[in-house]
Amino acid sequence: MSSLLTSARVTPAEIAKELAFFAVIAFMMSIMILGVETVDRPTGLELALRWDLVILAIASTLVGRLGLIVRREHMSRLLQAVLIVVSAVMVFEMFVRFRDMDDRWAAPVTFDMAFQSVTSVIVFVAMIAVVFAIAYFSASTKRVVTEEEKAQSISSRLQVAYRTNTKKIGFVGILFFFIFPLLFGENRSAIDLATLVMIYIMLGWGLNIVVGLAGLLDLGYVAFYAVGAYSYALLSQHFGLSFWLCLPMAGIFSASFGIILGFPVLRLRGDYLAIVTLGFGEIIRVVLINWYNLTGGPDGIASIERPSFFGLAEFSRRVPEGVTSFSDLFGIDYSSMHRLIFLYYLILILALVTNFVTMRLRKLPIGRAWEALREDEIACRSLGINPTNTKLSAFAIGAMFGGFAGAFFATRQGFISPESFTFLESAVILAIVVMGGMGSQIGVVLAAIVMIGFPEMFRELAEYRMLIFGAGMVAIMLWRPRGLLSFRDPTILLNMSKKEKVAGENS
Amino acid sequence: MTDNKLLEVEHLTMRFGGLVAIDNLSFTANKREITAIIGPNGAGKTTVFNCLTGFYVPTEGRLTLHAKDGPRLLERAEGFRISRNNGVARTFQNIRLFTGMTVLENLIVAQHNRLMDASLFSLAGLFNLKRYASAEKEALERAKFWLNKTGLYEFADWNAGNLPYGNQRRLEIARAMCVEPSLLCLDEPAAGLNPRESAELNLLLQSIRDEQGIGLLLIEHDMSVVMQISDHVIVLDYGKKIADGNPDAVKNDPAVIRAYLGEEEDDELPPEVASDLHLDPKAQ
Amino acid sequence: MDWAYFLQQLINGLTLGAIYGLIAIGYTMVYGIIGMINFAHGEIYMLGAFHSLITFLICQAAGISGILPLTLLLMLVVSMVMTSVYGWGVERIAYRPLRGSFRLAALISAIGMSIFLQNFVQIAQGARVKAMQPFIKGGITLMESPNFNVQLSYMQIIIIVLTFVLMVVFSTLIAKTSLGRAQRACEQDRTMAGLLGINVDRTISTTFVMGAALASVAGMMVTLYYGVIDFYIGFLAGVKAFTAAVLGGIGSLPGAMLGGLLIGLIESFWSGYLTIEYKDVATFGILVLVLIFRPWGLLGKPEVEKV
Ligand SMILES: Nc1ncnc2c1ncn2[C@@H]1O[C@H](COP(=O)(O)OP(=O)(O)O)[C@@H](O)[C@H]1O
Ligand SMILES: [Mg+2]
Repeated sequence: MSSLLTSARVTPAEIAKELAFFAVIAFMMSIMILGVETVDRPTGLELALRWDLVILAIASTLVGRLGLIVRREHMSRLLQAVLIVVSAVMVFEMFVRFRDMDDRWAAPVTFDMAFQSVTSVIVFVAMIAVVFAIAYFSASTKRVVTEEEKAQSISSRLQVAYRTNTKKIGFVGILFFFIFPLLFGENRSAIDLATLVMIYIMLGWGLNIVVGLAGLLDLGYVAFYAVGAYSYALLSQHFGLSFWLCLPMAGIFSASFGIILGFPVLRLRGDYLAIVTLGFGEIIRVVLINWYNLTGGPDGIASIERPSFFGLAEFSRRVPEGVTSFSDLFGIDYSSMHRLIFLYYLILILALVTNFVTMRLRKLPIGRAWEALREDEIACRSLGINPTNTKLSAFAIGAMFGGFAGAFFATRQGFISPESFTFLESAVILAIVVMGGMGSQIGVVLAAIVMIGFPEMFRELAEYRMLIFGAGMVAIMLWRPRGLLSFRDPTILLNMSKKEKVAGENS
Repeated sequence: MTDNKLLEVEHLTMRFGGLVAIDNLSFTANKREITAIIGPNGAGKTTVFNCLTGFYVPTEGRLTLHAKDGPRLLERAEGFRISRNNGVARTFQNIRLFTGMTVLENLIVAQHNRLMDASLFSLAGLFNLKRYASAEKEALERAKFWLNKTGLYEFADWNAGNLPYGNQRRLEIARAMCVEPSLLCLDEPAAGLNPRESAELNLLLQSIRDEQGIGLLLIEHDMSVVMQISDHVIVLDYGKKIADGNPDAVKNDPAVIRAYLGEEEDDELPPEVASDLHLDPKAQ
Repeated sequence: MDWAYFLQQLINGLTLGAIYGLIAIGYTMVYGIIGMINFAHGEIYMLGAFHSLITFLICQAAGISGILPLTLLLMLVVSMVMTSVYGWGVERIAYRPLRGSFRLAALISAIGMSIFLQNFVQIAQGARVKAMQPFIKGGITLMESPNFNVQLSYMQIIIIVLTFVLMVVFSTLIAKTSLGRAQRACEQDRTMAGLLGINVDRTISTTFVMGAALASVAGMMVTLYYGVIDFYIGFLAGVKAFTAAVLGGIGSLPGAMLGGLLIGLIESFWSGYLTIEYKDVATFGILVLVLIFRPWGLLGKPEVEKV
């Protein structure tokens, strides 16, 4: 603390004042929501007091704020990191206490109990180490950063390395995803998780066309996902059509839907478009819930047909007379993993198709027009570009990929209901796109892994998942407002190599 | 002489609520000529361009473009179609480039409609058919031509937003020319340029006029530019045309001098300022 | 036509509309000043509801809930103050650091904030619906008809009167005080306002705080009127209130109130005469129609595209 008090530009009195202010704020925010719990009793609602939580909330705010002050004044890295870790531990303790207190939990896990198992200790220590490392290495001790220093900084060199090697990185990534089942083939949850992440990658890539390239803020993307899913479910149930026939149809339905919805609303600018698309997403959901005869309402549609092996073989253990089973076709033993792995490869291929089509379209007039429209619509009009049609094409193509993903979702789950198509889902997909770095294909992959993969891995945290998710969204945006990988690659170069271009931009 | 007419503006009126931005304006612009529109700020010059290029629908009046295949009525066309079907391209008073895209991309986007047709709404492009590949090559050649012409070749791969100001102005002109217009409307292209850049701009505009054989409409405040390169000058004040003729005639028109110096307000000025103002035109 | 039924729907619609209107004002003010939708505003309203519920329970535990005006006043003041702090916090964390940055960034951080607050309350207060005994009972029978009595409950009177009073107070605040002038200046041109010595940061913070205060009153009214709340009520109410703000013309205070009343009436009549299931579709449908045909709303000014 002595270094804090001696080297600071701010006086201790000022620091005390600032801390007092934040203590009051923390107190007011926590006193009722944290400090008083409303408990259901047969006699009505009653109160339970939790003063410890209020104290923890205030303490963690104070310590965290102190960490920020140290950071703002560019003082000791170590101190910054320690303060932030202490604050994080207090927050952690707060949530542990929640668990402890709440009788909804069958087996409450307390802080002390957590320490009883060795793995928990390791996890806990590892978490602290990670927080510490992040805090320590992101800490800045210098006041001024010159342009040169910036260019030589690690992050800048990483950027250059990343941008000049996107192709290679992409290739390695694809390779990894292809051999993934070979590595984890017997691990059911790993394949399931990878499939889930891949669905979101595909959705992210689809939405990236609309938001990242064309700059149209769509908060109702899940509507197209839903249309795709329900199209397949209904077509297969009522007409007995196979998945392979329904897949393109689901895409076409969603795209038509995109055109019908988009036509009237695409003239609207930015935020209005966002809210209208949000409205549409909700309308679709409400209709799905209430049109009981068609959609089964809140109960959804169950036992949706699973896909066959390209119409050649079925994956079930027992197949009807005259139908080949997958294991017989290849003369291998039956395993329930076959279908899961097949589904994984199916979504991988679908996602890759989405990616390649997008990459190709970007270099075509339509894709360039999308980006131009994002940059300046008025200039586009003066060049004779039809803004409505151009936006509509982005909307429809994005919707189409959403529809494909939806059909896949339906066939994978075997069951769909309006629950799966809420606004939150749209928000998650949009967050993947924006966090990845608008328009960046690899960024979407990263963001999908961060946003879907990590939370799924921490399933035990159940209730806290969405809380951390929300906080994470805020934190990532504050840290990198333009997303994790926010670089635009030119679609065509005349004189320079890509390396030169990248280096030029980074100096 | 009538063959040479490119644009006919007849009785153009544009009102915004109670404000009459353009009041019964008529003029013609010819092929292979630079027609300058000058006037004090707020005279309605940009509004004329906005009517011509489909950003505003005129309250009254008729705008006829004599294109190669017959006359076209611009006031009837919907915004973007004016550039697409009728070949009217423009630049903006506040530069509007696609700043995040490269210079070359800016020029290729300008050829969108031609390329889009060649790519059969992207299908031919998606499978890289020859039909599209050759169209793209042609577009690249055209872009290179204008890069050379505007001296931007070496900046081709820069992001447009990173160019120095003067180059951005020229890029905007190059971009408009990539549309292959029959009428090019330039809104204060020399604003913010230094004298050397301004002189280069004069040469560029003259060569466009002479080599491309199209008509130019030019809004400009810099009198040296206007007097040197325009063939025909129209003066607007409060939305009304107050003079129309060749540069020399306009320069000496008393109505123009009055509009620019605001004689009516002289009474309110201190005597020494007023006398200064009167000395000025004589000194020129 | 059954006039009694019609009248009852009208009363219910106006009550509901007053609540939407109060939330809508927050949207309209924030949109006016920073040009962005405050995506966490619905959550602020939800927090207001929780704070007033908890205050009520505390009063009950302290044995003063019998003194009706005192309890009401306490609920009002406590929830307004506490919720305002949350409004302030949302601006401070999710909006201020991203001001002037990339637009979508602020939108995403606000959505993140909204998810966070929702789950925070869910964890802190439980996911179950909180039901409260009716607190203010009774009402006036306005009209008696053979099969139906038109009721105007005391609660409805309180809601409508309180909304009216708050509207008057806030309109005066914005029209007459230097704070209001600073707000209008920031709406026009933030940079210029800053150069002229207006504390832009503080003005924007105050706007969020004012919006939050009004939303918390709406939350309190809902708690008392319906007697059931949960952590999820903010989303739908938020979207509807935003619809109201757009319908009335975003940026316009009377517009927000008018929009709120209209949405409330539409919802009430739609449920009363058509189907209750599709009442949300009706609201969203109206939003879409308004945005297509009159994007500047009923009382807003059309925005000219500067070329
Ligand atoms: N969209 C519009 N709405 C209202 N007034 C406009 C609009 N566009 C231009 N004006 C008004 O028309 C007049 C002429 O403007 P403009 O054509 O831009 O003048 P300038 O000759 O300087 O280019 C100005 O008074 C301007 O305020
Ligand atoms: Mg102008």
